[in-house]
Amino acid sequence: MKSKFTQPFGEITQIVGKCISLIGNDIDTDRIIPARFLKCVNFDSLGKSVFEDDRKTLKGKHPFDLEENKNASILIVNSNFGCGSSREHAPQALMRWGIKAIIGESFAEIFYSNCVAIGIPCFTLPKKSIKIIQKYIDNRSLFLEIRLKNCLAKSKDLNFDLEIKESSRKMFLSGEWDATSTLLKNENLIENKFNNLPYLKF
Amino acid sequence: MSQDTLFDKVWDLHKVSSLPGGSDQIFIGLHLIHEVTSPQAFGALKDKNLKVKFPSRTFATVDHIVPTDNQSRPFKDNLAEQMITTLEKNCLQHKIKFFNIGSGNQGIVHVVAPELGLTLPGMTIACGDSHTSTHGAFGSIAFGIGTSQVRDILATQTIAMNKLKVRQIWCENKLSNGVYAKDLVLHIINKLGVKAGVGFAYEFAGPAINSLSMEERMTICNMSIEGGARCGYINPDEKTFKYIKNKLYAPKSENWQKALLWWESLKSNEDSIYDDVIKLDASKVEPTITWGITPGQSLGINQEIPLLNDLSPNDQLIAEEAFEYMGFKPGQSIKNTLVDVCFIGSCTNGRISDLRVAAKVLKDKKVSAKVKAFVVPGSEKVANEAKKEGLDKIFKDSGFQWREPGCSMCLAMNSDKLIGNQISASSSNRNFKGRQGSPSGRTLLMSPAMVAAAAINGKVSDVREFIKK
Repeated sequence: MKSKFTQPFGEITQIVGKCISLIGNDIDTDRIIPARFLKCVNFDSLGKSVFEDDRKTLKGKHPFDLEENKNASILIVNSNFGCGSSREHAPQALMRWGIKAIIGESFAEIFYSNCVAIGIPCFTLPKKSIKIIQKYIDNRSLFLEIRLKNCLAKSKDLNFDLEIKESSRKMFLSGEWDATSTLLKNENLIENKFNNLPYLKF
Repeated sequence: MSQDTLFDKVWDLHKVSSLPGGSDQIFIGLHLIHEVTSPQAFGALKDKNLKVKFPSRTFATVDHIVPTDNQSRPFKDNLAEQMITTLEKNCLQHKIKFFNIGSGNQGIVHVVAPELGLTLPGMTIACGDSHTSTHGAFGSIAFGIGTSQVRDILATQTIAMNKLKVRQIWCENKLSNGVYAKDLVLHIINKLGVKAGVGFAYEFAGPAINSLSMEERMTICNMSIEGGARCGYINPDEKTFKYIKNKLYAPKSENWQKALLWWESLKSNEDSIYDDVIKLDASKVEPTITWGITPGQSLGINQEIPLLNDLSPNDQLIAEEAFEYMGFKPGQSIKNTLVDVCFIGSCTNGRISDLRVAAKVLKDKKVSAKVKAFVVPGSEKVANEAKKEGLDKIFKDSGFQWREPGCSMCLAMNSDKLIGNQISASSSNRNFKGRQGSPSGRTLLMSPAMVAAAAINGKVSDVREFIKK
């Protein structure tokens, strides 16, 4: 657990940090943050409860409990990460633990859009490349420098061309991932839509 | 790229603008909120000094945290009480209609909106809950969102989203006797996989879908998200219109005629273009049940749990995890697995038709003494109707506990939880590790009729044997 947490703000152009690997397909949001922790009216205290049940089961051997991962900020996952519930509490818990970006084989859709909405870029790589990273991390630390501009992830030994939805990449670079103000710019168009939708007149 | 499907028509109609990044700004016609995913959104509005743009387009109810045994206020659970109080305050402050406990209209948000006639064809519907896909049964485009998007809808009635592709899932023939919508959707998820729907809206179609009631169609669309599809829908037809007619918020008199004409025009054209089409034969579906830790890990009641080598390499990792967690062996039969808890309820299968089917199986029978069984109606309306029909009495006489409406043990945010590694036979939608409140609890998903059969025998059973008798 890190002591200081600052919410991302504005343009997100690069993420530099240590990688933490979590192996497994179809890791759902109930596992990321069990439902009993959703009994809250703000997200502030979620960080310490991330993967609570999985961590208890592994008695200190869960990647999120290992000493060497203490300051990690780039999460490496496998396929369909974040499936299930739409709870934004899941990426919020990861972010408050210290995660700033995720690289995986694939992501569940609502989880992905929640990550965009709170400023966590999710990148994809082919299964083969993820395996290479996860194997590498098994033996030593991996520090990656990710640049959103060209989607390159660089390190001492490994370099990768990451993939990300073009619309998300642009939103991170421009700061428009924090969408409210962008959406509000079209106030007249929204009013027009409200006044003209057939079913709002029924 | 899809063309002239209902999805295309509804999307285009609600598009407000193309955003600089390439996604679309989409107007949301109906916004539903509940106590779990909305407080932080209202908090963010306050921080940004924003108002709710169109309070008349948001409706609220309370479902996830409500106790189902004693609903008198304040709730015993302080945190649950804090959450309902926060929702009450937010609705009052922002002039949002709230269906509270005791109003006669409270219940699981995805049960309540259709029964009030809030859910209509051609709408875009969003809610901070992944099972919002349920409302697609009416020919609306409905999807789950996170709290930041709840904030955006409150503030602007719009969200930023990429347009989805459309996959038609064509279901031939009809379901056989004793096989229900739940079995069909579990079968579909098993065949396509839990992530096949990512990036897609699912259009469910074909004779088997047409023959389903509206409530069965809701069960199908509800579980689209378990197949990875954020949104699932069915083209509206006479059954849809009949269900909606005379509901509280449904269009009335002249407007009803206008609405009918418009709704008809929304259906996917006969020559629509889909990004993908899948066909399957519904008559071959058996009562289906999950054995693992994803809704895709399911089998017919008479089948055996797969061997590792029978599975594709991509499915083996999660299968190994499932074997270990569930304590089942490859090749083992699922039938006759002992169960500890039987739960009927949830936004998937907590409607009046679900209760009717289960009650029919339970009539004049007793729940096994080894089983704890309880039924949680999906809404106050469902509960009242069930009482009128005497279903509550059938459940109670059989040994089921009759509870008050809410989400209950589908996700166990109240005190209804599994204990230790208990096995539940559950009519809900997720069998994830720890989903039903115990970090080692095990869930077998099945239809309400199959849960009733399991409750009587104390083990996984084929409900068709009860129907024959």
